[in-house]
Amino acid sequence: MGDYQFHWIIVYQALPQMLKGTFVTLHVSLLSMFLGIIIAVFLSLGKMSETRILNIIPNIWIEIARNTPALFQIYMAYFGLGAFGIHLSPYVSVLSALVFINAGYLAETFRGGFQSIPSTQLIASRSLGMTRIKAYRYVVLPQMFRRVYHPMTNQFVWSILMSSLGILVGMGELSGETQRLQSLSFRTLEFFMVAAVLYYVVTKSVLLCSELISKKIFTGDI
Amino acid sequence: MIQVQGLHKSFGNLKVLKGIDLEVQKGEVVSVIGGSGSGKSTLLYCINAIEKIQKGKILVDGIDAHDKKTDKNKLRQKLGMVFQQWNSFPHLTVLENVTLAPRVVLGQTTKQAEDLAKQYLDHVGLGDKYDEYPTRMSGGQQQRLAIARTLAMKPSYMLLDEVTSALDPELVGEVLDTLRLLRKEGMTMICVTHEMAFAKEVSDRIAFVEKGIIEEIGDAHQVIENPANEKTQRFLSKVL
Repeated sequence: MGDYQFHWIIVYQALPQMLKGTFVTLHVSLLSMFLGIIIAVFLSLGKMSETRILNIIPNIWIEIARNTPALFQIYMAYFGLGAFGIHLSPYVSVLSALVFINAGYLAETFRGGFQSIPSTQLIASRSLGMTRIKAYRYVVLPQMFRRVYHPMTNQFVWSILMSSLGILVGMGELSGETQRLQSLSFRTLEFFMVAAVLYYVVTKSVLLCSELISKKIFTGDI
Repeated sequence: MIQVQGLHKSFGNLKVLKGIDLEVQKGEVVSVIGGSGSGKSTLLYCINAIEKIQKGKILVDGIDAHDKKTDKNKLRQKLGMVFQQWNSFPHLTVLENVTLAPRVVLGQTTKQAEDLAKQYLDHVGLGDKYDEYPTRMSGGQQQRLAIARTLAMKPSYMLLDEVTSALDPELVGEVLDTLRLLRKEGMTMICVTHEMAFAKEVSDRIAFVEKGIIEEIGDAHQVIENPANEKTQRFLSKVL
């Protein structure tokens, strides 16, 4: 006990590769948010629809996404689909799992956001001659996104951290890359300490950026 | 001309309008008075085709408002509507509130829409508020904004749904002044209102509605000062 010798030089030499992994982490989580948000809008609208048949897919999607582990989704995408002859790359497997979960969680967040906007906003827009789509595009959605902006940021941070599960299917994101690098030198502690710092820096930067963006785009009150 | 013929409207089992007949000529101002729940506001929502109807017909310049083939969005451009709860768009500035529909519905350029919006905002006395956000303004100012926003679509008719009911008493005057201005310019209006004195002053005709039926309709002064129908008399004796 207590005689562990830290060897940082190996980690330092591998830093460019770790930064590459960090970039992949950021890339996959950003893309999973982007796609997740788009799908979530439709899922939440479908779930709120009075046409019963439109409720079915959102209900099933949201139930599965919210009540099963992320690990399960990734395994399903990578190994599960593989059994049916659909072979996804590690990147696409992790991406599709994250999109699936993000869309499920955000759909419920968005539903709350939509319901907090008075129906009179839609009526007023329609009375000005806007089609339903235009009324949503210009009046309802912008207000909805303001209200769910902070929960959305949390979901983004969650995606960054959860993408570390890519390690299990051999994806070269930050955790996977760290795992590979430490296995060459067995400097496990050093490598994962640096990885933790990188995760921290990435999530903090994301939170900071989203705060700055919100100040820039969300003028006025809601 | 707006023609309402034998209009029936119900919400589920609740019959709200039970055979309304009303004709409003171009340039005319008609006020609709009556107690809460009498169906006055529903009438406006039906004219605007925001609410579906069960029976009867509504013609706006000869176009059947509830025909499946009628382009409702085109129809609503003719029928400017102002609401009790003004419904300003809180995420947009005053100027953007007014330019939005002209831009996205009529396809005006931002420049065109802004020039026009400024005209209307000046007109309703909000010339110094272009960049303000509506939630930072008083109810009276927001209601005048709503009127400017509606006018920017250059409607042929204005449907006003109790536009002063949600305002503090000291703010009612500024909104009524704006409506007087519209009246002077010859705007055709249907006003659902609780302001009897105002209704008498600006309206050509007044309709008294009770339980979904127009009980009395006639010259504004006559209906208020000398109502023929017993039910109108009873209603007015309570509110005047």
